[in-house]
Amino acid sequence: MQKVITLSMGNGGLENRELLKKFVFRHLGNSFLKDAEDGTVLGEIENLVFTTDSFTINPIFFKGGDIGKLSVAGACNDLAMMGSEPKFLSLSFIIEEGFSLRDFERILRSMKKELSVNGAVVVTGDTKVVPKGACDKIYINVSAIGNRLANFSQKNIKEGDKVLLSGDIARHGATIFASREGIELENEIESDCRSLWPIVKALIDEKIFVKALRDATRGGVAAVLNEWAKDENLCFEIEEAKVNISLEVKGICEILGFEPFVLANEGTFVCVVDRKDEKRTLEILKSFNENASIIGEVTKEYMGRVILKTEWKTRRFLDMPSGEILPRIC
Amino acid sequence: MELKDLYEKFRDPKTIKALAKEIEKEASKLNRDINIMEVCGGHTHTIMKYGLLQLLPKNINFIHGPGCPVCIMPKERIDHAYILSLKENVILCTLGDMIKVPGSYGSLQNARSRGADVRFVYSPLDVLKIAKENPNKKVIFFAIGFETTTPMTAALLQNVINLNLKNVLFHINHVTVPEVMRELIDSRDEHIDSYNNQIDAFLGPSHVSVIAGSKIYEEFPQKYSRPVVVAGFEPVDVMEGVLMIVRQFLKEEIKVEIQYKRSVTRDGNKRAWEMIERYFKKRDLFKWRGLGNIPKSAWQLKDEFERFDTEKIYELPKEEIEDHKLCICGDILRGMAKPTECQVFGSACTPSKPLGSCMVSSEGACAAYYKYGNLI
Ligand code: SF4
Repeated sequence: MQKVITLSMGNGGLENRELLKKFVFRHLGNSFLKDAEDGTVLGEIENLVFTTDSFTINPIFFKGGDIGKLSVAGACNDLAMMGSEPKFLSLSFIIEEGFSLRDFERILRSMKKELSVNGAVVVTGDTKVVPKGACDKIYINVSAIGNRLANFSQKNIKEGDKVLLSGDIARHGATIFASREGIELENEIESDCRSLWPIVKALIDEKIFVKALRDATRGGVAAVLNEWAKDENLCFEIEEAKVNISLEVKGICEILGFEPFVLANEGTFVCVVDRKDEKRTLEILKSFNENASIIGEVTKEYMGRVILKTEWKTRRFLDMPSGEILPRIC
Repeated sequence: MELKDLYEKFRDPKTIKALAKEIEKEASKLNRDINIMEVCGGHTHTIMKYGLLQLLPKNINFIHGPGCPVCIMPKERIDHAYILSLKENVILCTLGDMIKVPGSYGSLQNARSRGADVRFVYSPLDVLKIAKENPNKKVIFFAIGFETTTPMTAALLQNVINLNLKNVLFHINHVTVPEVMRELIDSRDEHIDSYNNQIDAFLGPSHVSVIAGSKIYEEFPQKYSRPVVVAGFEPVDVMEGVLMIVRQFLKEEIKVEIQYKRSVTRDGNKRAWEMIERYFKKRDLFKWRGLGNIPKSAWQLKDEFERFDTEKIYELPKEEIEDHKLCICGDILRGMAKPTECQVFGSACTPSKPLGSCMVSSEGACAAYYKYGNLI
């Protein structure tokens, strides 16, 4: 019979210790966790950055990742986008009674892998088991502390700056949609779920004058560009043809009537750099993902708006996404 | 065939540019303006999204027509949906943007936050699954759309009868295209007469004619000397449709033409049409938001299927509700005004807080103008 997580494993007693020892510590253990009491002593960090995020994605396993990878990458990416090196994570699980232990282990394993990509460790955590139906399989909260190495700020964006994308867009959103709608394609698509710190580190090491970075999660590229445009009262002019979108993603958008610009990404970011750095930035981004591209520039034509230029030389606004696009995508 | 074959060549930049050039060349030989009404909101969306207005010469204009099933839904019927959804043990299913349109109590989204079980389905047949999974609940399908979706609703009813499902009910709001087009050019109403001469030609939606054929438009060239071109929804389709209309004027040959030869025939899909006629009959009158009552412009369930009809089963309010007094959706649907001429466009009325229905659906003219702008 398949082994499952029981209510008693969240009771704080014997079974709870077993679960932690046999599973969580085995995969994620380190000296901090070993010495932990009710809290963990971390030592000093110069420019401390703190973030938190909860993950409730459905389905928990998807092409290109799972809720474990997503949660570690997601929280670390929040830090990376601030120019911060991910250091310490806290991890809280809320697990539905009856959840398969094998699946739990699979999730822990991919968390471990993703932690090592970021060079971060889990220093504290919590596990709660709730009765069947009180949550859907497993929810994860991750808080993360990082050390800020570079001061990116959207306040530095000015007219003439260049806008780049670190890869092709809308993979995560399209993958989750396709799996929920049971759409099968000849060429499978995969979520872009990945940790971005290594790329950001390369940009910092190469002394690129980065103005702002933002991973285009919920609301997609459209949300990021519109937020910057509105906050800084600038216009972003984007060439549609320069934005890479895979054929599979286009197909799914076609079937379901979505615009790829508003679909979520989980490992793709928008980046604004000083125009003198555009070529070098592109080289660095391409060394991680060949689909990276320069997609446009910052102007002052329509303040607070994003403009898309088509290949046949017409132009239109790219608006802020609104309404329920899709719940539980991360 | 690969998926991309379905759309890629119909968005090919070179073809679009070439068509724009050709239209400009041909239109320059005409010494007049041509106002083309794109009847369907899907076309409005394509025109705005791909910026096609910017490609057309000055003497070719679009008038954005009433073909968005959500935009023409009168408030009192949205209220029906709202009331039904909040009845005990009901799951209300509907398509797409219907969930967002505000009626006089609020939208279905609001009803949902008050505890209603409102679900949106991609296809009417999805309702079957929901009904089977919830045998103790009443599943009400709030049906909207033109000739395209009507056969699907008929198919749903057929399945419900064949499977002997006892818990599926309908609220039918299916409307028809030719009747509203006729109303727009033929009405004797004084107010409406004032724009009578503005529509010079129609761009008909391809999906309606896939079902109903192109023959439904034959009266327009014959009786009203307005050309109709049945066109697809991709930018290349629309541009080609415009070119065909311009050429009709040049040759002085007014007729119904099919641009979308991929799947439109003169007679349409006879079986689908039979399905419609098996279960539905025409209503004497149906109120279109912004346009008023139009005879024979919508379907209802035939008497023998009354037991499935929520309008017969429940006491639902009948009074007509006026639109917000600043909203000029009606004028826009009639082609008398452009969205930007509305006083509250983009200020008090935006897609996240729509005052009128044209701002709700992405196929509505106001929403399309707001979303994509009318840039040059
Ligand atoms: S902008 Fe709003 S209020 Fe004005 S016509 Fe359009 S929908 Fe009506």
